[in-house]
Amino acid sequence: MQWEVVIGLEIHAQLATRSKIFSGASTAYGAEPNRQACAVDLGLPGVLPVLNAEAVAMAVKFGLAVNAEIAPRSVFARKNYFYPDLPKGYQISQYELPIVGKGRLRIDLEDGTGKEVGITRAHLEEDAGKSLHEDYHGLTGIDLNRAGTPLLEIVSEPDMRSAAEAVAYAKKMHSLVRYLEICDGNMQEGSFRCDANVSIRPKGQAALGTRAELKNINSFRFLERAILFEVERQIDVIEGGGEVVQETRLYDSAKNETRSMRSKEEANDYRYFPDPDLLPVEITAELLQSGRASLPELPDAKRERFGAEYGLSDYDAAVLTASRELADYFESVVANASDAKLAANWVMGDLSGALNKAGLDITASPVSADSLGGMLRRIADNTISGKIAKQVFEALWAGETDADAVIEAKGLVQITDSGAIEAVIDEILAANPSQIEQYRAGKTKMLGFFVGQVMKVTQGKANPGQVNEILKKRLDG
Amino acid sequence: MSLTRADVQKIAHLARVAIREEDIPLYADNLSNILALVEQMEAVNTTGVAPLAHPLDAVQRLRPDAVGEVDQREQFQAIAPRTEDGLYLVPKVIE
Repeated sequence: MQWEVVIGLEIHAQLATRSKIFSGASTAYGAEPNRQACAVDLGLPGVLPVLNAEAVAMAVKFGLAVNAEIAPRSVFARKNYFYPDLPKGYQISQYELPIVGKGRLRIDLEDGTGKEVGITRAHLEEDAGKSLHEDYHGLTGIDLNRAGTPLLEIVSEPDMRSAAEAVAYAKKMHSLVRYLEICDGNMQEGSFRCDANVSIRPKGQAALGTRAELKNINSFRFLERAILFEVERQIDVIEGGGEVVQETRLYDSAKNETRSMRSKEEANDYRYFPDPDLLPVEITAELLQSGRASLPELPDAKRERFGAEYGLSDYDAAVLTASRELADYFESVVANASDAKLAANWVMGDLSGALNKAGLDITASPVSADSLGGMLRRIADNTISGKIAKQVFEALWAGETDADAVIEAKGLVQITDSGAIEAVIDEILAANPSQIEQYRAGKTKMLGFFVGQVMKVTQGKANPGQVNEILKKRLDG
Repeated sequence: MSLTRADVQKIAHLARVAIREEDIPLYADNLSNILALVEQMEAVNTTGVAPLAHPLDAVQRLRPDAVGEVDQREQFQAIAPRTEDGLYLVPKVIE
């Protein structure tokens, strides 16, 4: 039996507001427990929620970016369930009338093709607190600092057909919310969380199979692994004559498996109803207009422009526009160095390599875009060779800021005086008559030997193009 | 529509309300009466009438995104049954 995998994702993006969605308490991460949980967040009697304008503006911005319908009127509803980290006994969310309706997102697949994934809806809601199950004398500790943090829950259509497609979608969404500056995207801190609805069906069947909802996934790698595991599990269940049950399953990254979390009889019964404490939210024409005006250049548009404006390959343009920060860095380098391809090669090559190795983000790069651009200018004008540039780059990485000063101090200026290069070459040819014979006998690989000798004598400073040219002339002539 | 004993028990469980066995018929009766009223209202033709999200004919006012709350943890925790390390302690919840 050939199985088709069907995946839909629910992404919870914490909105980057200063204060909570319904209270004036701070949302800053990492405070001491309960120092940022006010009376509203604690659900004390008599408090009332007041909606944060910025959370609404961010949701609108998101909706515009995914070409979604923005509801002119949306309604908050209570989702009722009991859990100690939810003091009110309900979560304020949106149900029938979410703020963002149907939209779409284009994703890029490994094989170079693209695909459009439907977005069902996105709605505003408040986050719950945190339960700490470490041992407090057999009790559970509750930290409500996170309670009331604004979330945008983004629900996709079941349009993805593999773990790889799900990861591509999640990554694209992650990039998008960061471009929009509505979410910091920090998966470790839980600012960007992914739940995956996974089901399988015989290839060719139109009806969807029963799905399992995978939770507790805090990296793209785990998203892929969790889905791969779950698909195998469901195939085993069905081929073993069993039935997949609709349930929530927790992903355990240490064991790389998913485990049932809630039993079937506890099936969700949230008894949603409109929250009487909140009036309908109206999105005015002005709000839409200012949302449109605040949209930055989005990843797809930037990628297209990078191809057209800088002559970059689609692959390079995609890599460089994956994050807004990287794209900005690249553009600053180009502004300094003018040679876009050279800049792309260095940003994606040596710089990214060094950043990866050091575990740093582009925003924490020890080499500024100005410094790198300054160095690239010297490659472009032949002051240094690409090979010597690696030494300059190392110095910049170690804390130097001015490429020219490094080149000067280390005496790295390229030798482009053909007279000087010829003199070195003649010396080397005179010292290696047997190698010349080998070369002339047809062993043209010996050219590399001579180039190496010249570079050794000149400490790599001879212009490689000129060395090759003069050597060939001498050897062939 | 008439609620069964099991319906009442389920509703009570979802609301985490403890009810006495002997009161169940009374609750079933009362709740069923409410549903009967709903059924009566459902007979009204509401084509073209927008659902009422709130009885007030007004829209939500928005608050500027500014931190206005100060830390009052000590005061809040003074009335909590048990706290430790700044955490509220509650009976263990097993998933």
